[in-house]
Amino acid sequence: MRVSYKWLKEYVDIPVSPGDLADRLTLAGIAVEGVHQQGAGIEKVYTGKILAIEPHPNADRLTVCKVTAGGPEDLQIVTGATNISTGDVIPVAVEGAHLAGGLVIKKSKLRGVESRGMLCSGQELGLDPKTMPAEQAHGIMILSPDTQLGLDIKPVIGLDDAVLELDLTPNRGDAMSMVGVAREVAALLGQSLRLPVLDVEESGESTGGKVKIDIEDGELCRRYVAKVFTGIKIGPSPGWMQERLRAAGVRPISNLVDITNYVMMELGQPLHAFDYDTLQDGHIIVRRAMDGDVLVSLDGAKRKLNRDMLVIADPGGPVAVAGVMGGLATEVTANTRNVLLESAWFNPISIRKTSKALGLRSESSSRFEKGIDLTGCLRAARRASRLLADMGAGVVAPGEVDNYPSPYVPKTIVLRPERVEHILGTPVSAEDSADILGSLEFGVQKDGAGLMVTVPGHRPDVSLEVDLIEEVARIYGYNRIPVTLPSGASTKGGRTREQSLEVAVKDRMAAIGLREVITYTFISPEAFTNINLPPESPLRQVMSLQNPLSEEQSVMRTTILPGLLEVLHRNANRKITNLSIFELGKVYLPGGSDALPEERPVLAAAAMGRTSRGWNRPALEKDFYYMKGVLETLLRQSGVDEIYYEPLKDNPSYHPGRAARVTAAGSLLGIIGEVHPGVLDNYELPNRVVAMEIDFNVLAAVSGRAGKYSQLPRFPGIERDLAVVVSLQVPVRDIMAVIKKAGGRLLREIELFDVYRGEQVKQDCQSLAFSLTFRADDRTLTEDEVSGPLKAIQENMAGKFEAQLRN
Amino acid sequence: MQKQLREIEERVLEKLKSASALEELNDIRVRFLGKKGELTGVLRGMGALSSEERPVIGQLANDIRARVESELDKRMGEVKAMARNASLSREVIDVTLPGTVFDAGGLHPLTTVARQIEDIFTGLGFSVAEGPEIELDYYNFEALNLPKDHPARDMQDTFFFGPEMLLRTHTSPVQVRTMERTAPAVPVKIIAPGKVYRRDDDATHSPMFHQVEGLLVDRRVTLGDLKGVLEAFVGQMFGPKTRTRFRPSFFPFTEPSAEVDISCGMCGGKGCRVCSHTGWLEILGCGIVHPRVLEMSGYDPEEVTGFAFGMGVERVALLKYDIDDMRLLFDNDMRFLEQF
Repeated sequence: MRVSYKWLKEYVDIPVSPGDLADRLTLAGIAVEGVHQQGAGIEKVYTGKILAIEPHPNADRLTVCKVTAGGPEDLQIVTGATNISTGDVIPVAVEGAHLAGGLVIKKSKLRGVESRGMLCSGQELGLDPKTMPAEQAHGIMILSPDTQLGLDIKPVIGLDDAVLELDLTPNRGDAMSMVGVAREVAALLGQSLRLPVLDVEESGESTGGKVKIDIEDGELCRRYVAKVFTGIKIGPSPGWMQERLRAAGVRPISNLVDITNYVMMELGQPLHAFDYDTLQDGHIIVRRAMDGDVLVSLDGAKRKLNRDMLVIADPGGPVAVAGVMGGLATEVTANTRNVLLESAWFNPISIRKTSKALGLRSESSSRFEKGIDLTGCLRAARRASRLLADMGAGVVAPGEVDNYPSPYVPKTIVLRPERVEHILGTPVSAEDSADILGSLEFGVQKDGAGLMVTVPGHRPDVSLEVDLIEEVARIYGYNRIPVTLPSGASTKGGRTREQSLEVAVKDRMAAIGLREVITYTFISPEAFTNINLPPESPLRQVMSLQNPLSEEQSVMRTTILPGLLEVLHRNANRKITNLSIFELGKVYLPGGSDALPEERPVLAAAAMGRTSRGWNRPALEKDFYYMKGVLETLLRQSGVDEIYYEPLKDNPSYHPGRAARVTAAGSLLGIIGEVHPGVLDNYELPNRVVAMEIDFNVLAAVSGRAGKYSQLPRFPGIERDLAVVVSLQVPVRDIMAVIKKAGGRLLREIELFDVYRGEQVKQDCQSLAFSLTFRADDRTLTEDEVSGPLKAIQENMAGKFEAQLRN
Repeated sequence: MQKQLREIEERVLEKLKSASALEELNDIRVRFLGKKGELTGVLRGMGALSSEERPVIGQLANDIRARVESELDKRMGEVKAMARNASLSREVIDVTLPGTVFDAGGLHPLTTVARQIEDIFTGLGFSVAEGPEIELDYYNFEALNLPKDHPARDMQDTFFFGPEMLLRTHTSPVQVRTMERTAPAVPVKIIAPGKVYRRDDDATHSPMFHQVEGLLVDRRVTLGDLKGVLEAFVGQMFGPKTRTRFRPSFFPFTEPSAEVDISCGMCGGKGCRVCSHTGWLEILGCGIVHPRVLEMSGYDPEEVTGFAFGMGVERVALLKYDIDDMRLLFDNDMRFLEQF
């Protein structure tokens, strides 16, 4: 909503600047987004008159005008404008003038003809073309012919003004009007409100004799006021009205339409003017549309209506969609002689639904949606009548038809001063509260220690005691309320064990060298195909959005893998091909225990390419073992042991020979592996990718550290290296298990420090080198004590795996 | 014999001066002072001396031994130092060569900011609470005083799965669920961080974003308390010099409601591009919990009051790091993420 500072002053004295006013309003809950000083930077533009127009000798599209701007000499100005005639009064920028956008006018030659200024359009003076009459929107601005010449243009077209741009909250429909804002200003600045004059001279046959109003649905239309104007002379509205409408962002159209818009801006009551002679019998029926009803609206479009919509009809059918848009057939035109003016109250929810269904939002519908003042309909009709009479644009028929079946019953609310203190934390006296509410036009009566408050019609948003407390607080000033700290018992606060683990796991993943990403949780259904899932895969059972922004973001993910691969793909497109990423987020699985789907937290990671290479260190391939190292480090730090890796051959997203199922303490922790080459192709990835997907709930269940420390070794151990050549068919885990078992209780550590395949060993075999540490808690071991276990290990290895010792 | 001893001493000291290697010095020690050394050899002849001479010569020999040993040690120290210096100068490296490369990981800036927010409030005694992202209409709207057809539902354009199931548009449902579980006991003192969703996608809106909301319900909670807690938060999050202002606003689930602005950190409140020349930045919404919300969750609004607040983590991150496009946060370009 745009509020002209100058216009506002008609209703209330404002002893502060526009900027200060904006601050005061903002701090009272009427947020001012911006203050636009109209005409800022415009200089040396005057009212002038075109004395003669000659063709340009060298250019078809230019003309040479002789213009007076009130000065002693006439000016020769070359222009490309086509909407001007001799005698027009127009804005003239003379040499040295500054225009909107910083343009400076100099004496110049245009195609060989001297030009000493410029004729200006509204836009060049900083006006929005949308608020200019259609024929002037892109041409020269034509002023009223009786305008005095040689005047500074700014006050003449209302540019000596500031416009406040309001960003209103949806509960404050009352502030969508000049008087509504003025009421706030009056309350804030301790001024009194001046309401517009309504009394009007009326003549001719009474409105009651010409109009009949039937309301069939009293829920959706609680009041309908009609007033008739006769002898209408359609023409332009006066300059002052056009100026104000422009400031409010409304395009002036004709005197009658401008009056309806002006009153809406002034009082917040939308009005609609029908051409009376196009209505059957002057009979208005307010009813729900019947299925199949069609209306050609003002914009020429055919609108299909249904039973949820309220229409204004005459006996022949709908003539308007109530509060949303008028019909073309009953529109006021240049030929209109008699007018039926509508000033009504329509149900906010109904208007909201209808305007949504028809895709039509207007200044009118947005006001009805927020709830207008039921008590204000008559006042608005009378105000419009007064303006019409003042302009001499027609004759006001006496009286009005006011169909108002159940008049407004004001709500009464008790306001307790102790409750005010309880909510705000600071006392505000009953007298101060009464003053504040009174200034906002609430009815206030003393009631014991408290107040009996009646709610005025313009505040349908107020219904409870707390609503009144907010009114008191916002005018009193939120910033005057002293700062305190909660007085209740102190609480410990903090994170649960799982939340703390989440923090720790992210920190550990980052410390290991991976970078956290956050991807959208809604993905494309195509993603499942991209990661090779067969049609019957349970991961394709998804929660689908009914109204996604796009197909790309239409289903909730059941796996994080596609999201991570997308990130790799996007980075690869930007030539970033070496990276390691992780995400800890949820997957969404339909059919959870209660009404809602299951949301399961998953830790997923993916890596591509190599580690960074340095002059003193080679780059490391990010292969299966890289990711396994990440997982092992994470699990070790999280206190998880007894981890098993089983080959995973049948997961379609992973390489059948390079993936594993990971279990810990008997629970399936997740999967790890190289991503299937086919999937890499689908994501156009240049390098191999390794990934893992870990069930965070399982990780949380199996993680944990012993509460006590274990004693540090007090006696030195004995280290022995052991190298064996075994078949490639034997998993290293089995070999280590045999070593562990045969080594007995003195064998404390087994470290695999070298794996060799190649010429030095038999085909289909590998050499494994272990470092074994033997230790006792109570003594220093002797060589003899170690030789037994070592021998047992060697024998077992030879017996079970046909392993050969290698030296 | 005296003369012999003096002559040995002189010779040794002379040799010491010219010795420049550790081996030489060790050699000297063995040759003169060792068991078969010259000095010992001379002293072996002491048996032939008279009983008057013997103590005198003995004393002299001991003095000489002490002097030689001390000189030897001193020289030893000097030679060692020379050798150390020589090796140090041989070991000079180019300190301008790059260091060993480690591939450091890192947290997403949203995680860092959300954690900071959480840490401040847990320090103030709030517990972290969580709830589902796929929610029922009841918890996301109705229980928050947003009945069907309420115009304020338009403020939060919603993704739906069906008539009653949706992606939560704020983390407020967590507040309702927590109150339902706790009522009628007090206090309830939680913050609810998490993902939320609205149908918006441009430079300043993302269809998925993160919020942290807070709730305190107790016997006597006031707007003054709300101001106190949020000012403490702003001071810790944005620095003690940051000013705050509270202005009335509207949310269906709080009454009175407020919007909190902080002084613009870019211009210090003078007005700049970041704060649209107002000097203030909107940072969070808050208010006193609406009595209907308390009632629906099982509390008697005459007995208890509460405050609630909520902020967007992205908004805080954009301000903190001066990021001009929210979409960067979800693009996951490594060149962006590596800056945090």
